Order: sequence, then structure tokens, then C-alpha cells
Amino acid sequence: MRDLFDSSVERLFSDLVTADAVLACEGGEWPTELWTAVEASGFTLALVPESLGGAGATWADVCGVLRLAGRFNLPLPLPEAMLANWLLGASGLAAVLGTLSVAARGTLRLENGRVTGAAVDVPWGRHVRHVVAVAAGAAPAVVLLPTEAATVVRTVNTAAEPRDTLKFEAVVPLASAALPTALSADVLKLGGAMMRAAQIAGALETVLAMATTYAGERVQFGKPIGSFQAIQHQIAVLAEHAAASVMSAEAAFAESDDRLARLPVMAAKICASEAAGIGAGVAHAVHGAIGFTHEHALHLTTRRLWSWRSEFGSLTDWSQQLGRALCGAGSQALWPSVTAGVLAAYEETAA
Amino acid sequence: MSIDQFKYSRIPPEAEALRAEVRAFLAEALKDYPAVRRADSWMGFDAEFSRRLGAKGWVGMALPKRHGGGEASPFARYVVIEELLAAGAPVSAHWFADRQSGPQILHYGTDAQKERHLPAICRGEQFFCIGMSEPNSGSDLASIKTRARREGDKWVVNGQKVWTTNAHRSHYMIALVRTGENSKRQEGLSQFIIDLSLPGITIRPIKDLTGAEHFNEVFFDELVLDADAIIGTEGQGWGQVTAELAFERSGPERFLSSIALLHTLIDAVGRSPDALQAKEIGRFAARLVTLRNMSLAVTAQLAAGNNPAWEASVVKDLGAVFEQEIPEVAQLLCELPPTVQGGSDHAQVLAYLTQMAPSFSLRGGTREILRGIIARGLGLR
Ligand SMILES: Cc1cc2nc3c(=O)[nH]c(=O)nc-3n(C[C@H](O)[C@H](O)[C@H](O)COP(=O)(O)OP(=O)(O)OC[C@H]3O[C@@H](n4cnc5c(N)ncnc54)[C@H](O)[C@@H]3O)c2cc1C
Repeated sequence: MRDLFDSSVERLFSDLVTADAVLACEGGEWPTELWTAVEASGFTLALVPESLGGAGATWADVCGVLRLAGRFNLPLPLPEAMLANWLLGASGLAAVLGTLSVAARGTLRLENGRVTGAAVDVPWGRHVRHVVAVAAGAAPAVVLLPTEAATVVRTVNTAAEPRDTLKFEAVVPLASAALPTALSADVLKLGGAMMRAAQIAGALETVLAMATTYAGERVQFGKPIGSFQAIQHQIAVLAEHAAASVMSAEAAFAESDDRLARLPVMAAKICASEAAGIGAGVAHAVHGAIGFTHEHALHLTTRRLWSWRSEFGSLTDWSQQLGRALCGAGSQALWPSVTAGVLAAYEETAA
Repeated sequence: MSIDQFKYSRIPPEAEALRAEVRAFLAEALKDYPAVRRADSWMGFDAEFSRRLGAKGWVGMALPKRHGGGEASPFARYVVIEELLAAGAPVSAHWFADRQSGPQILHYGTDAQKERHLPAICRGEQFFCIGMSEPNSGSDLASIKTRARREGDKWVVNGQKVWTTNAHRSHYMIALVRTGENSKRQEGLSQFIIDLSLPGITIRPIKDLTGAEHFNEVFFDELVLDADAIIGTEGQGWGQVTAELAFERSGPERFLSSIALLHTLIDAVGRSPDALQAKEIGRFAARLVTLRNMSLAVTAQLAAGNNPAWEASVVKDLGAVFEQEIPEVAQLLCELPPTVQGGSDHAQVLAYLTQMAPSFSLRGGTREILRGIIARGLGLR
């Protein structure tokens, strides 16, 4: 499925997700046609079991789709919708068609069948009809909430992507179910981190390609700047970090199934978040002043890298969680955790 | 070259099955092994230990059975060597034979050479060193001057190698030597298997900055070799050497050199790290997980018969940065100054690896050379 997914999404995005389309969205427009085309491709339901109307794809099948979303600066909550529908499916709830996002942070509580509290940093919160969240309460519950019932506080990230706060006051969820015991209460944060790690990997592939091409074309001192060793070595470092991000994202997706593979996901978000800053820095250095202009497309990707690295848990946030778990388990547990890909003492006691 | 060559490759179950046995063996064999010796990693030399590993079938294990090997998959070998390195076992004696010389002799050697060397390598009894660098030829390896001339059916070698790890305690060196004059420097190079017990060879250990003796200068003065000391094809030495590089640059020894310090750091910090300690330890673990996956992806490429030289350079450069950063960051996290005498395990391992770290981005190709290879793969040169 992987190859088929990758090739059809690449075709779709290269036709529709142009620099102009991305910039138009940054102006605040919701790209109705683009969303319709993406939804028609079926990918918002990719991770939903076939019995619930989805494609029954695995996480490993869709890693390329998420990388491509990053590569093309896709200005839509496709990753969020895929994650939201996966969680609905995993909780035995019907998937949702139409615009959909996730609320991974905030103070939502489900009490007496009603949800109250704030959902913070909701991607495209102002534009989507529904959000999926894990609400606290007697036991954590997966809830599907209508955004029309929320008060919206508008916030945008460095790429002008909406990251809104949605306040709910005694709202009856459209659907709810107990959070499956195999999943942790921070499942949406973890899933979001995995999505962003893959998007960052894809974005780094883009800036690597741009920097390499530009270094071959731009002539100073009578030769392409790519012939200067200082430039070569900087781009080599960018390539190394792009490769590390791709590898760590692929590992996280490959190891995730009915549950998200916590250690590989943490590793992916930590490595990708570090790579994002290094990669954006090198790409700008190589491009000189032209890359600092609004007209040049480089910023479409670098401004995303600068936000995505902080979303769904920064390098610091995940590193601290991982470091605490490792210290708690003692030095003898480090290597076995690495080879097993599992933090034995830690799994599911998290969050 | 391509980033897409980093395909996630799980270790197959039959290879993974070895791990428990290796771990149990090491837990017993290294029961009383001090932390600072574990920090020696693949520089730790213990001939007896290598023989014990040979008896277990864990040296040259991927070589064919008819030559004394185990015909194990590259992944099975990977499991064994990463467990050895993670435990800090002293593997230096057989390391180069297992990693490089054995496979090379299998690939290029004559039947007689295979017979002479491979079974003994697999028993963990025959140790090799790698003679490439010379006083005036480091990164610019193709400029080497050590020369072999034909005399009748013999070769006569004159010249000098330097930085040769383990030359003073190895049985053989595989040396890169000039055998012809060509307009192109890379042509006219050949590889020889040199028996280090022969007359005409002087080996002098060079103390490293800690005073320890790992590497050597090796002089050849009218050294006479039999015709069959040459390995592979006369004049093809450069191609043979570069074919080794992907093996040499992508293994777990390229990112595990400081793991002993990660272990003592976690112990020194204790169960309740502060925010900075937790962050840095977690960050190291994340990079360790990722580097290992990258290294395994290269192993899969090698197993498939490809030559992932570009990918191997990526692993080695990122790995060296990682290995070097561990002591740099560790010394910021605890108020425990490094100690060479006395002090805690952590203070000793910190002292040792702080001093070893500069070599991590020199041996096996410098950072600048690797970045040059990566840039070339990207089409920049
Ligand atoms: C612990 C250790 C063990 C070793 N073991 C062995 C061994 O067993 N066998 C063996 O043959 N060798 C061995 N070596 C040698 C090793 O391969 C060389 O150190 C390495 O190739 C670099 O050569 P050099 O030290 O002469 O440095 P040089 O090549 O002189 O380099 C010095 C500096 O200049 C930079 N430089 C050189 N050329 C360029 C360029 N074109 N562009 C930009 N920068 C450049 C280098 O990157 C480096 O920073 C070992 C080295 C060490 C430290």
C-alpha cells in the first residue's frame, strides 16, 4: 500500500499544493477546494478499520503521506484528521467525514455527559467542524466535539497556521467512549508528535533539495557557491539531520500499530525537533539574502519547521520525559530499552 | 546516494534470538569488570577473551562454515557486536579481523590465503591490523609512499606506516602499498597481507595523549614477502580499500564509543534527575535509538549486496558528533570533576572518554573527509 499511497499523494499535492495556494491560506482563507480534493482521496479515513468504513491502513503505510504533507507545506489538518479518525476507530466510534482536528492540550473534562474546559493549540480550530479530544473525568474518555459550540480564541503559529484555543461550556459530545486501556491519556500528544516528526522529515527533504540546487546555481567569485567547502560541509550536515529525521519517523510509524510505540515516537520527535532548527539555519545561510525574502519559497518550509518542532511536545519536553524514565529505571535498563524499542518500566504509566 | 536508502530494517527474529545468550555470557564473563575498562570499548585488548568468543562462534561468525565461520547473517553478527560494545567488552584484539580483514580475505583471497587465515580468525586466535596511514599520508591516502618492488618471485617492501592500531600485538597487517608508477595516483596501489613476525619489520608503539599504547609506527626495511602475500589484484588496491569503507564506517562502534559514560552518568545522577539532567539524558537516548536504526539500515543495504558508502559516511559523522558530545555534556551535568586516579566510576570514565573523544572524528576518516563524501553524493562536487 505504501508505494501506492506515496505516489498518489505526491501527484495530488504537486498539482494542488502550490506556493500560491499555501500563501493564500496563510492569509486566513480556508482552502475549500483543496480540502475537498484531499478528502475525496480518502486519506482522512486511511487509518480507520475497514469495518468502520476506513481503508484499514497501518501507520507504516502512511508515513510517506505525512512526509509528503511536510514536503509540500500542506496547509490543511490532514495529519490531525487522520489521527483523530484513528483514535475514534480505536475507541469503537464511527469515523467522521468533513473537517476535523485534534485537541491534545487543555483542560477538557467530561462530567455528567457534558464537556467543559479549554482545548489549547487546536490546529485549524477555527475552520474545522469537529475536534477529537481525550477528556479527563472519572476515567479518560475519547470525545468528539462540535466546534460550533465553542468560543474560539484565535492564535496562529509562525507559518500562519491556526492554532486556536476552543472553550467549551457544558457541551454534549457528539460521541464518546472510554479511552481504550491500551492507550494512554496523552495519546493525542504522542500521535501529534509522531505526525509532526514525519512532517519535519519531509520539510527537511524540501530544504535540502532547495539548498543543494541553489548551491549549484548561484555563482560568486566565478564559481558556484556549492564548490566552496564551507558550503558543502554545511549542506552535508543538513543532509545528515534530514536522514536522521526520516529514519526516526519511519521507525516510529513502523513500530506503531493499535498503540503508538512510545519510545520510537519520543525519539523521532526529539531528533526531528533538533534537526528542524539546524536544517532551517543551514538552508537560510546557503540561500543568502534572497532566501530571506517573502518572494522566495524557502520560508514556506522554514517557518513551518520553526513551529512544528515546538508542537505536540518540544525537544525539551519529550527529552525530559524520556530522561526521567531512563533514570528511574537505572543504567542497566538503558541498552535493553534501546534494543527492544520499549521502555519496559515506563510504558503506559506515562501521562 | 539517497536519504530514502535509510529504510527501517528490523533485526530478523532468528538473529534477535541470539541476544539473550550473548547477554547472559557477558553478564557472567564481565561480572567484575571495572567501569573504566568498559570505557575502552573496541580499544580494549584481551587475547584470551577473544579466544573465548571464538570458541562461542562469535568471531568471523558471518564467514562460511567451510572456513570455520558460522554462516550467520549480517544481522546476527550485528546483534553480537552491539552487545559486546554496549557491555564494554574488550574486543580490540580480534576487532579488525572480524570486521574487515576476514571478509576481505574471503572476498579477494586465494584458497591458500583463506586456509591460512580464516579458520584462525574464527577461532579468535589470529589478529590483524590495518596499515593505511603514513607520516605524510593521512586524509590524502592515495599519496602513500611505502613501496613494494618485484624481485624474482618475491616482493621487497620499504617504507613506513603510522597510527597502526594494535600493530604491536597483531599477527598480520593488511597494508596498502605502492606497486607501480601511474599517472593517476590511485592506480598502482596493491594490498598485502604482511606477517609481522618477519625480519625487516620494526614496530614502535606510540603513546597516545593518556600515555596508553594503542597505535604504532611500523617500518619496513627491505622486507621480503612471498609472491602470494599480495591480496586481490595487483594495482587494484585502491578499489579494494574503498570497498571496505562502508563496512568500516557504519557499524555500532561508530556511535557506541561513549556508552559507558552514558551508563555511569545515569548512575551518578540517580533515580530523580533534575530538569537539565533529564533533558540531556533523554536527548542522548533518542539519538542513540536513531543512530542505531540508521546503522541497521546500512547493514541491510550491505546484506543486499549494495555499496552504501554515502549512507555509511552519514552514520559515522553523526555518530562521532554524538560520541564526542556525551563527555562534553556529561561534565556539565554533575559536579564531579574527572579523575584519573581515585574518584567514582563516573569521574574515571568521564576522564577517560573526555581524553579519547578527539580521536572519534579522526580514526576511520575525519569529519571533514566524511562531509566531503556526503557533499559529493549530493552532487556538490
Ligand atoms: C586512535 C586512532 C587510531 C588509528 N588507527 C589507524 C589504523 O589502525 N590504521 C591506519 O591506517 N590509520 C589509523 N589512524 C589514522 C587515521 O586514519 C588518520 O588519523 C586520518 O586518516 C587522518 O589523517 P591525519 O591524522 O594525518 O590528519 P590529516 O589528514 O593531516 O588532517 C588534519 C586535519 O586536516 C583536515 N583535512 C585534511 N584534508 C582535508 C581536505 N581535503 N579538506 C578539508 N580538511 C582537510 C582533516 O579533516 C583534519 O581536520 C588512526 C588514528 C587515530 C586517531
